[in-house]
Amino acid sequence: MSWRLTGVLALGLAVLASAFAIVASQHENRRLFQQLVQLERQRDALDIEWGRLQLEQAALSTPGEVELRARRQLSMKTPGPGETVMVVVP
Amino acid sequence: MTARPVIDDYAGRRRLVLGLFLLGMAVLVGRAVELQVFEHDFLRRMGDARQTRTIAIPAHRGRILDRNGELLAVSTPVDSIWVNPQLFPATPDNLAALGQALGIATADLRERLARHADKEFLYLRRHLNPDVARQVLALGLPGVNAQREYRRYYPMGEVFSHVVGFNDIDDHGQAGLEKAFDDWLTGRPGLKRVLRDRRGHIIDDLALLRPAQPGKDLRLSLDARIQYVAYRELSRAVRRHRAKSGSIVVLDPHSGEILAMANQPGFNPNNRRELGDPARYRNRAVTDLFEPGSTAKPFTIAAALESGRFRPDSLVDTAPGHYRVSGFPIRDKHNLGKIDLATIIAKSSNVGASKLAMSIEPEQLWSVFHRVGFGQNTGSGFPGEAGGVLRDFSRWYPLDRATLSFGYGFAVTALQLAEAYGVLADDGRYRPPTFLKGQGSDAVEQVLRPRTARLVRRMMRGVVSPQGTGYRAAVPGYAVAGKTGTAKVAVRGGYARDRYIAAFAGMAPADDPRLVVVVVIHEPGAGQFYGGQVAAPVFSRVMAEALNILNVPPDDLDSVPAADSAMGDPV
Repeated sequence: MSWRLTGVLALGLAVLASAFAIVASQHENRRLFQQLVQLERQRDALDIEWGRLQLEQAALSTPGEVELRARRQLSMKTPGPGETVMVVVP
Repeated sequence: MTARPVIDDYAGRRRLVLGLFLLGMAVLVGRAVELQVFEHDFLRRMGDARQTRTIAIPAHRGRILDRNGELLAVSTPVDSIWVNPQLFPATPDNLAALGQALGIATADLRERLARHADKEFLYLRRHLNPDVARQVLALGLPGVNAQREYRRYYPMGEVFSHVVGFNDIDDHGQAGLEKAFDDWLTGRPGLKRVLRDRRGHIIDDLALLRPAQPGKDLRLSLDARIQYVAYRELSRAVRRHRAKSGSIVVLDPHSGEILAMANQPGFNPNNRRELGDPARYRNRAVTDLFEPGSTAKPFTIAAALESGRFRPDSLVDTAPGHYRVSGFPIRDKHNLGKIDLATIIAKSSNVGASKLAMSIEPEQLWSVFHRVGFGQNTGSGFPGEAGGVLRDFSRWYPLDRATLSFGYGFAVTALQLAEAYGVLADDGRYRPPTFLKGQGSDAVEQVLRPRTARLVRRMMRGVVSPQGTGYRAAVPGYAVAGKTGTAKVAVRGGYARDRYIAAFAGMAPADDPRLVVVVVIHEPGAGQFYGGQVAAPVFSRVMAEALNILNVPPDDLDSVPAADSAMGDPV
């Protein structure tokens, strides 16, 4: 008779344990999900920032923009043939 | 007392009541069985549908880069605000707040919501800056949601507009290389199953069904620096000469890679309103055909040399500067007398070229034109590319042979002309042109004898000499080989009297050309119209800067004026 009782008790404990385990893993799941959402939000923000920076860099470095600044602000010009010294490497 | 009748047996009633109870129970059990067993799956599906949704995770479209990694097109995240009109309480307060946040007039907003009151999805404003979208959502209005999308930006704007093309509002390729390589660039959106409440807010991620797969980057053969120079010089020339349109192509003859391709008129691909007019966004360099005029003469000379009947020093009598073929007059500007092949090119003699063509077999002329690519699609894969027109020699009349020799009676695109000059530049090897970096040169074919190509190149140097028709195409420090072309515009039933196509096609350095440049300007309207006046200066400036950008050493130092000695002192 006692072996049956212990068997039932053991199973009862197992049920209890797995119930707690479920609660714990649910909780862990929620926590990780929150974290995931947080990280996704962060990734999105970085993504947006990166796109903006890419565009800004591209806009500032277009040949047209560079030429304009070189000529207007820095008064640069392309040297003509008369101002260039050709060095012929033998 | 009268004895009341004794009813001692209620069995009938009892059975009736019991029967009714049993019946009622059976109905209930039956219904329960029906719900639980027979309709269980259906009901469960319906219940889930209220709560779980499969939603797409948007995927990045690949970027388009030039050969050095400069950004030509990029997709950045934007948010589109949509509303479920069924859930949105359209009170005056709500409308005013939403309208202000979105920049839409309140009356307009009310009207749109009323018109779509029976719908569950309505875009209010697309492609908003994510910061603005966040402010809209922060109002916490029921039924108002944001959807993540991508918007395409083109940092180079009009400079690359025709080649790169543009997308529709859903980021699918509509024109240009965006269209040609849409599959390559398009990402595969991911799918995830989420749990939503009745107001449409996601409360839990249930499962990731498929991760989003971003599109692949596309690396073009074009060089943004050369492209910019080509675009700038072309648009200047088109404006100065009040021309109808123009195209320019810069090609690397050793790989078939297109280094620059620009057209006028152009458009700004970042401004969606400009995209309505196909005349502006057509990539004329590959879609528009024209008769090449004298720029075809080098191939007539090549055919004459390949036939074996002519040598570079063979003389052709062009006196008195005009003659008739089948009654049709062929004229030169001046009477050039007896001239060699080099002079036919340098002075652009129609009589000389046609006499060469008449004295070789039609098949020989056709074969050279055909093998350098005239009349055939280049295979570049550009959407809407024209294949050109070159009739088979078996259907030629004598007049066809004569006019073909100086570029009338067949039609080419600017890209085909560049491809054909590439054959002369690369010692007679034909390479299909490509828009992609490192993709050319598997289908190389020797279509002219290397000696023929070198001889024609040397003759074309005369065009750019001070006595030639194209002296304005000269580039200080470099030997240039090229050819001018001035063709009348073909109209119904003949040729227009005063509408011209001015062209220049050439290469440098002449001994081992690194670049082929073709400039075509349609209908210049400011007086000048010769290829040598209108197109050659564009060629010269673009070629000079492109050679500079690519660090090509000068091969003709004699033509450079000596530098000031002071400039040479060490600093």
